[in-house]
Amino acid sequence: MSTATVMENTDTAESERPRVEHAPIPFRTVVGVELRKAFDTRSGFWLMVAMAATGVIATGAVLAFANDSDLTYDNFGAAIGVPMTILLPVVAILAVTGEWSQRAGLTTFTLVPHRGRVIRAKLAVTVMIGLASMVLAFGIGAIGNVVGSGLRGVDTVWDLSFTSILYIVGADLIGMMIGFMLGVLMRNSPGAIVTYFSYWFVIPTISGLLAANQDWFEKAQPWVDFNYNQGQMYDGGFDATSWAQLAVTGTVWLLLPLAFGLWRVVRAEVK
Amino acid sequence: MIIVDSLSKKYGGFTAVDHVTFRAEPGRVTGFLGPNGAGKSTTMRIMVGLTPATSGTSTVLGRRYADLPNPGREIGVLLDASAQHAGRTGREILTLAQRTMRIPRDRVDEMLDLVSLSDEESDRRVRDYSLGMRQRLGIATALIGDPEALVLDEPANGLDPAGIRWMRDLLRGFANKGGTVLLSSHLLHEIEVIADDLVVIGNGRIVAHGTKSDLLAAAGTFASAADLAALAKALVSAGHTAEESLGGVRTDADPAQVGRAALAAGVPLTELRPADGAGLEEMFLELTKDDAREEVAA
Ligand SMILES: Nc1ncnc2c1ncn2[C@@H]1O[C@H](COP(=O)(O)OP(=O)(O)O)[C@@H](O)[C@H]1O
Ligand SMILES: [Mg+2]
Repeated sequence: MSTATVMENTDTAESERPRVEHAPIPFRTVVGVELRKAFDTRSGFWLMVAMAATGVIATGAVLAFANDSDLTYDNFGAAIGVPMTILLPVVAILAVTGEWSQRAGLTTFTLVPHRGRVIRAKLAVTVMIGLASMVLAFGIGAIGNVVGSGLRGVDTVWDLSFTSILYIVGADLIGMMIGFMLGVLMRNSPGAIVTYFSYWFVIPTISGLLAANQDWFEKAQPWVDFNYNQGQMYDGGFDATSWAQLAVTGTVWLLLPLAFGLWRVVRAEVK
Repeated sequence: MIIVDSLSKKYGGFTAVDHVTFRAEPGRVTGFLGPNGAGKSTTMRIMVGLTPATSGTSTVLGRRYADLPNPGREIGVLLDASAQHAGRTGREILTLAQRTMRIPRDRVDEMLDLVSLSDEESDRRVRDYSLGMRQRLGIATALIGDPEALVLDEPANGLDPAGIRWMRDLLRGFANKGGTVLLSSHLLHEIEVIADDLVVIGNGRIVAHGTKSDLLAAAGTFASAADLAALAKALVSAGHTAEESLGGVRTDADPAQVGRAALAAGVPLTELRPADGAGLEEMFLELTKDDAREEVAA
């Protein structure tokens, strides 16, 4: 109608564009992008550096300070594994919470609207990083063990069975899943990290005191204290009752909250 | 084409978006205009599935957003330029989008060029970007998949005048090639210069929509005469409104009706034309004022 308006489009007919049917985004693409996101920020990058550095420092410390009789694979593995056990869940937390705390989810969930796919990809990445770190830890530990015993001229002691290694890997993965669950549930980096460290440091103290002073709790503890069951895994040798106890506490403290968190994540507003 | 059909969103008892219906056509720029808190951002978030609607539907290119196989290649979205991980570089953010959409790597550099982010700037972390740079990065992310439609929430915020001019030309070019553009703003002047169609929202409700020229026409007629009081009186007695403004009279009558009324009353006209932008501004103020009043009453 108006010819005076310079910016107005006068011809829409010529402007049809041929429609192209695009292929759906494969799951491996989403996983690849999520893997990249775990390393491309300072927090992600330094977390990985911190784990590698503590591993090397721990190996060096064992070499420098341990008695000859303590130069065993178990001790090298533990020196490297403990800092990793503590830091890996933080990797899992940040993988999830960044979408909300940093609001990156506005783009992520617009490009991949099915949030479940993104969360599954994050879970896959968490497990991948966890397994890779543990392979690295056991590898560095093995090197330290060979080099250390060689330097001191003592026998190289391989005192970790494959079964014990599986128990340790399982316990570490459970730790990462706890981080992941807290991330999904709280969607807030500081909140989830603080909660995770209270789970790790405060709860064992309290429940340990309680078990030491109250008979009834000492009996109940294996059936209610997930942290206790997880800790037992590092010693291995679970019987049927131990597995049942792990299943009970794991369901209550890990699976149920995770399910509730996921249910909310796919419905919550992203803004 | 983007179709929004009777979309509503309630937050508890508060209705942020109230049965909003409109469409954005291909080849045209549709301006989504409304004051702060009118419901523009909420409507747009619902359109791309970030906020669940209470009721109603919306489709992009004939499908629900969630059913698009690779959304970034069909519709470019910029909702909030500051919603990025502050620790990533601009280039990294574009690379993540490029990888998610599975498009060639050189699109990243093409887009950085297009939005004039230099190599050095693109390697800085977004934490250190100005709002204008974030908007440019956001527009680059929206365009990188070469989509058919764009949904941009207040994209001009933080851009300098040259940047606004640049974006205007960019969106015009995009629409001229057949693309669908929906952009929101709370500033009438910003949207007036670029939009072909206007959707005006106030308090969650659509209060006006149509082509810009229709809405301008609906804003009435401007007429002038040596004796303004006589002209106004003639218009009122013919059953029209009359408001003195800017050395003339603004009325809801069309130009022919004004001419007839002036002739009948024997008032010689010195000027007679459709009310222009100023009229649209008054319309916008009026529309939003009505809603503001209801809000106070409610
Ligand atoms: N999560 C929420 N809870 C309650 N009210 C909300 C929420 N999100 C938005 N609103 C309200 O909805 C209205 C529309 O907001 P918005 O869509 O952001 O407006 P606009 O983008 O037009 O400025 C505002 O009154 C806002 O306060
Ligand atoms: Mg807004």
